[in-house]
Amino acid sequence: MDTLTQATLTQPKIRFATVWLAGCSGCHMSFLDLDEWLIELAQHVDVVYSPVGCDLKEYPKNVDVCLVEGGVANEDNLELLLQVRQRTKILISFGDCAVTANIPAMRNLMGGADLVLKRGYLELADDTRKLPHAPGIVPELLDRVMPVHEVVPVDIFMPGCPPSADRIKATIEPLLTGHKPVMEGRSMIKFG
Amino acid sequence: MSVKTLTIDGKDVAIEEGATILQAAKEAGVAIPTLCHLEGVSDVGACRLCLVEIAGTSKLLPACVTEVAEGMQVQTNTPKLQEYRRMTVELLFSEGNHFCSVCVANGNCELQDVAIQVGMDHTRFPYRFPNRGVDMSHPSFGIDHNRCILCTRCVRVCDEIEGAHVWDVAQRGAGCYIVSGLNQPWGTVDACTSCGKCVDACPTGAIFRKGETTGEKERDRAKLEFLVTAREKHQWIR
Repeated sequence: MDTLTQATLTQPKIRFATVWLAGCSGCHMSFLDLDEWLIELAQHVDVVYSPVGCDLKEYPKNVDVCLVEGGVANEDNLELLLQVRQRTKILISFGDCAVTANIPAMRNLMGGADLVLKRGYLELADDTRKLPHAPGIVPELLDRVMPVHEVVPVDIFMPGCPPSADRIKATIEPLLTGHKPVMEGRSMIKFG
Repeated sequence: MSVKTLTIDGKDVAIEEGATILQAAKEAGVAIPTLCHLEGVSDVGACRLCLVEIAGTSKLLPACVTEVAEGMQVQTNTPKLQEYRRMTVELLFSEGNHFCSVCVANGNCELQDVAIQVGMDHTRFPYRFPNRGVDMSHPSFGIDHNRCILCTRCVRVCDEIEGAHVWDVAQRGAGCYIVSGLNQPWGTVDACTSCGKCVDACPTGAIFRKGETTGEKERDRAKLEFLVTAREKHQWIR
């Protein structure tokens, strides 16, 4: 019996979540690229919150492992991330946007949220020039897009745009038996 | 010619006087990470990646510009050096705008390689996100200052191999940037021969050929060594 099978029999299921902040969802697509290993993963974890694996709308308490895709770009991202940190044992920065803020952060070069909105919705608009304003519906942009670890402590960093399915598996698999993955070498930490 | 004997990571090395610690390490088969060093042009100690520890001095010294001395005891990979190297690379990433996923050099970038080498999975320093600009005025090439790490390889290769001295460094500290000509658009610099040696020398995606997109930059680094060998030894070999 391998250690993983043993773990299934002896340990309660790991409460597993994924969240999607300011990113393109490519990391989640790469997660789905795990293909048949997802079926094996499902034997070891309960997916308690995830845009691709669960219908719950509120992030639950006592989560063991959470993959966080994306940087922190708006007030919704910030609120969810703070909740995730409070309710999660192992928080994984999942992909380049979470680790470096990456593409969404290219707007940081332009300055604060006002300048970015003006550029996008007024200067570059063909017609119907109008700043978006829908309090409570459209979340306000933060002045600066930040990587996850600038906001809350992060336990594991998994770079990649997106991280390959192999890299995702190599990061998650040791956690299922209570071990920390070794994030070293080209196959695990190459950016981009 | 007098010979100096020293130890590098405990290995005995004998090398001619005037050689650098980096050359001696190469001789001894000890790999020291570098970024600004480029075979064929002078060394400037700009990137600080090759810092080594030398017995008897508390200062860390760059191997590429420190000459060997008799009886020197050099350490190249202590925990202290590993930590400093990782910090140096993290600072390079947070100082500029290095978005690997949309860079011409993705997968073929010495900064990216060095990050893997020093074990950098994230940077502990806040990103600066400076707005440094891009110059696309040259008909064949472009320079994206956001990706520049100021290694000055382009400056040296253009001055010392091509003899055109199109490039130089302007300003001070974090405001430093590479200038072409008299701080004018690259495309308007008469001295530029469009030889492309700066593209081959650039370790990142800062200087690139027009038309290259994500991950497409290729360098002909051997061309630079070929030219230096041809000039210095009159041997046209590649």
